[in-house]
Amino acid sequence: MNVLLDNFALFREGFLGTVELTALSGAIALVLGVIMAAFRVSPVPPLRAFGTVWVTLLRNTPLTLLFFIAALVLPRLGLNTWSFFRLAVLALSCYTSAFICEAVRSGINTVPLGQAEAARSLGMTFTQTLRLIILPQATRTVLPPIGSLLIALTKNSAIAGGFSVFELFSVQKTLGEEGYNIFAIFIWVAVAYLIITLFISAVFRLLETRLAVAR
Amino acid sequence: MTEVPVPKDAVPAADDLVVLKDVNKHFGALHVLQDINLSIGRGEVVVVIGPSGSGKSTLCRAVNRLETIDSGLITIDGKPLPQEGKELARLRADVGMVFQSFNLFAHKTVLENVTLGQVKVRKAGKKAAEERARSLLDRVGVGSQADKYPAQLSGGQQQRVAIARALAMEPKVMLFDEPTSALDPEMINEVLEVMQQLARDGMTMVVVTHEMGFARSAANRVVFMADGRIVEQATPDQFFSNPRSDRAKDFLSKILHH
Repeated sequence: MNVLLDNFALFREGFLGTVELTALSGAIALVLGVIMAAFRVSPVPPLRAFGTVWVTLLRNTPLTLLFFIAALVLPRLGLNTWSFFRLAVLALSCYTSAFICEAVRSGINTVPLGQAEAARSLGMTFTQTLRLIILPQATRTVLPPIGSLLIALTKNSAIAGGFSVFELFSVQKTLGEEGYNIFAIFIWVAVAYLIITLFISAVFRLLETRLAVAR
Repeated sequence: MTEVPVPKDAVPAADDLVVLKDVNKHFGALHVLQDINLSIGRGEVVVVIGPSGSGKSTLCRAVNRLETIDSGLITIDGKPLPQEGKELARLRADVGMVFQSFNLFAHKTVLENVTLGQVKVRKAGKKAAEERARSLLDRVGVGSQADKYPAQLSGGQQQRVAIARALAMEPKVMLFDEPTSALDPEMINEVLEVMQQLARDGMTMVVVTHEMGFARSAANRVVFMADGRIVEQATPDQFFSNPRSDRAKDFLSKILHH
């Protein structure tokens, strides 16, 4: 108990750091992921190729390596005014967007082809068809995997702690160096992560039940 | 229903709305459309019949480019079908399509299904679109179902909503791709009656169907397809009482003698 109460401000700062990282990267990853999924099913070949390259590169690169690129290479290529926090968000959101793209694409594939054909024969453009007809119907299928991806993102954000961003994992490092009982620290750090991940699970469970009724 | 006399001339009018010229299409090794030449006049009702796999659905879907063609030319109201893009979308808005499997938007109510195209494609006001949708739904006899979702309707009702959805765009021509093939027998008539009314109102229609009764009563012209070719074209009377080709004779003998 001591560890938490004695260092509550530190824990709070770390907790908020992880929440911020996760929320911001998650939001950007969702937007990017949907855009990339749209690219991958678009009738325009260069967009399709771009989406494929994006997913292949980001999904198959270790996240730690992406962090090294973001923290060490990108500043030399002109992003030298960016804080480590921003660079961490960039790495996390790009990485996660590749997975979200594939989840969304699998959702798109579950919507019967006839829905798109009907939309197109009414004169809707590709973007309208996707936005008004396909994506709303894909959402229900896509929610569970996206929930899992955001939980994975929460835990992946710990890597940012190794790159000068203050979050939950950095709390463990700081307190460990100060000589507190390592198990006590880990338990409280784990509880803090659980709060975030259980919150995400709850939100997604709510969304799923909401959408189940809407039909 | 009152009988209104329909002019039954097999000769295409000078004023052709849909023209297919030397159209060819392959699915891999299968030559599904072979040198198709077909003109459909304004206000004409053309029924396309033929055995399964004869290419009649593909022909129908090629007219609004849901199927691309390998060679040849398709024009609608004098304009050749453009490549995929905004231009094609605009043209498709003028061509109503009714599918075998209805394809109503599952996440939208019946009313929304009929207003969506008007609002998003025709840029009509929401109120005007709803009024028009309700009058069309009344016209096809499903006005009381406006606030339900498609899955809550019977097949016949769904297909009538699909017809209303297409009509809401004020199309120049309506394509029907086997509109009654997925329906229970007792629901076929309610859909055919709507189509017959439409034909009497002067809508240009291309109907792929196995309903010979509809072909007889509503068509101006019957097009018989087999193995990717148009084998015979005639008025329904000529075709059903006195088919010229052996292929058509064979087909009719199989479906009419029960």
